[in-house]
Amino acid sequence: MSADFTAVYPLKRGRAHEVCGPGATYFAASCCNSSPKPSMWILPDWSHEALNPVGLAQYCDPTRILLAKAKTQVDLLAAAEEALRSGAMGLVICEIYEPLSLTHGRRLQLAAEAGRTTGLIVMPEGMGSNAAETRWHCTPLSGKAASGSAGNPLQSGPEKGLDSTRQRWDIIKNKSGTLASWVTDWDATSHRVIVVSKTGERSRAASAPLGLRADHG
Amino acid sequence: MGCAQTTAEPPFALTLRESNTERLYCLSGQAQHLGLMQGMTLSDARALRPDLITRPATPELDQQFLRALARWAGRYCPWVGVEGRDGLVLDVSGSTHLFGGESEMLADMRMRLTRAGIAARIGLADSRGAAWALAHFDEGVAAPGDPLPTLRPLPVAALRLDGPTCVALERLGLRTIGDLHDTPRAPLSRRFGNGVLMRLDQALGVQGEPLTPLPDPPRYGVRLTLPEPIGLSADVMAGLARLLDGLCDRLRAQDMGARVLQLTLRRVDQASQQVELRLARAMNDPAVILPLFERGVSAVEAGYGIDQLRLGAPRVEALPPAQIQSAIRQSEEEGVASLITKLGTRIGLENVQRFLPADSHIPERAHILAAAAFSEPAEKWPRPAALPPRPLRLFAPEPIGGRATGPGREPPPQFRWRGMRLERVHVEGPERLTPEWWLPSEAWQNGVRDYWRVETRQGRRLWMYHTPQNPGWFVQGEFA
Repeated sequence: MSADFTAVYPLKRGRAHEVCGPGATYFAASCCNSSPKPSMWILPDWSHEALNPVGLAQYCDPTRILLAKAKTQVDLLAAAEEALRSGAMGLVICEIYEPLSLTHGRRLQLAAEAGRTTGLIVMPEGMGSNAAETRWHCTPLSGKAASGSAGNPLQSGPEKGLDSTRQRWDIIKNKSGTLASWVTDWDATSHRVIVVSKTGERSRAASAPLGLRADHG
Repeated sequence: MGCAQTTAEPPFALTLRESNTERLYCLSGQAQHLGLMQGMTLSDARALRPDLITRPATPELDQQFLRALARWAGRYCPWVGVEGRDGLVLDVSGSTHLFGGESEMLADMRMRLTRAGIAARIGLADSRGAAWALAHFDEGVAAPGDPLPTLRPLPVAALRLDGPTCVALERLGLRTIGDLHDTPRAPLSRRFGNGVLMRLDQALGVQGEPLTPLPDPPRYGVRLTLPEPIGLSADVMAGLARLLDGLCDRLRAQDMGARVLQLTLRRVDQASQQVELRLARAMNDPAVILPLFERGVSAVEAGYGIDQLRLGAPRVEALPPAQIQSAIRQSEEEGVASLITKLGTRIGLENVQRFLPADSHIPERAHILAAAAFSEPAEKWPRPAALPPRPLRLFAPEPIGGRATGPGREPPPQFRWRGMRLERVHVEGPERLTPEWWLPSEAWQNGVRDYWRVETRQGRRLWMYHTPQNPGWFVQGEFA
């Protein structure tokens, strides 16, 4: 099964998407680039994992990000809906910490449609709702692990060093397409995400990240 | 008048810092008697009078007080203006008889001012110039019709002339206003221009001089009283729309924009409810503001019905008409501002923030968070070329077990972090950061930090540091 990466990324505008996994922050940061409008990042105000704009600056322009901090999940979602519906933002990222009900997910979906704005819910694993357009799972890969799991040498030049941003992006829910997974990397010169290798065989590709996830607990 | 009055024995003065020198700004009568002068440097004054007591002057507060006093002076006449930094000018024509005459009015004025602890010098004359001269040099009332006999003995400085002109006139032997009046006019105007003669004519009442009264401070409040009480949100919004139109017209006429709006709804049972709207930026467009009120109005408890609406703008800011750059950009900025306001009504305006760069090499201090409504975005995010990559997430340092190994004191090959057993594959570092000694911080008590970027076999890329002065390993950030 092969799928076209460009069909699903950059994320479809006017829809709400979901992302989970340890690489979700990077995924969200890489999405901020895709619109000329500013982005809004909504997060719980008690979260101790602060965003670092100096780090974000590698992937997007931190001066074009607005932060909204709310106390409860309800406030987070209400703020996200307001921001999606207003249409003033290009991307609205909302970090949640409780499972998203179908009603809430559907409301966000409608708001995204009304405001022609892309929504992205950053969530812990397994908390998504069925209303999402796509759901992504992002796992950072170490250079060696990536080549090991793919089973064949990578086409793109020499083994990248530590600054590698190599990740396995699995699309684990897709309303308008098939599930697939890619090994992606950040291309600093063209300032966008590129697919490093085509992991065509799903059976082999899926086994590696599953093993990793079990490791993380 | 702006001078604080003191009855204490030692001389007292207010000082003001002007071009790097403390100068005497205002003196008590006692200090003036002792030979101190306004404009003298403080060190000179101290040399003359070591017992001089001084306080810093606050001209803004003086101005505020003067304006309050101007409002009070409205009891004598409707036309009150401010003269210089410490004077009031009143046009009392036609109102003196209400107090029983000119001198009675002055006596009343003096009595009330003295009771309030204000020392004032008051002059009254037909013309503004003559009254000024009397108030500053010889208190009293000039005879109606002809102020010249009263003004004659006063020095030329009483004509509101600048210092060099006064000195030049005195050099010519023209010391008093009488001297000046008796001198032929043509040579005077040839030598000094029209200024001197104009001031003389103004003092003698030959040439008119307008008095500008203080304008009424603008009031931004509108009210709507209803014959029948209303209770539906839609009705309240309709009433509010009318009020907003009126208020915004007034704001626009003065190039102002509201920053805080307060809607007071009075119910039939005399209880009132307030809806406050804090706007993300100054606005005066009713179409934009009205929808922002929806959330606040829907939360109002109408009870038996609302019969009065009052809308006020307690905080306004100047909003000069700006060049329209492009319609798209304009509407975009408008949209962002409305969104911030809307979110502000739910989560608080100060919880919508933006990143601003800060100049520090300490990772957690390299940016600050500012409320988006009260700050401008940075032009560009600075990106020092030599800076190694920084993590996307920063958190409070989390200690991990393990000991530095190898010649480069590298991170432990295996460690546990957040319940995960991780194995390092690749490390890069160290990058040594020293604490900012000028800003003591508890987090940096352990001394210098050697930062390592650690890539684990499990994929997580961590930002770890080792504190060699106080051995220990910590994780402070994550790259993905």
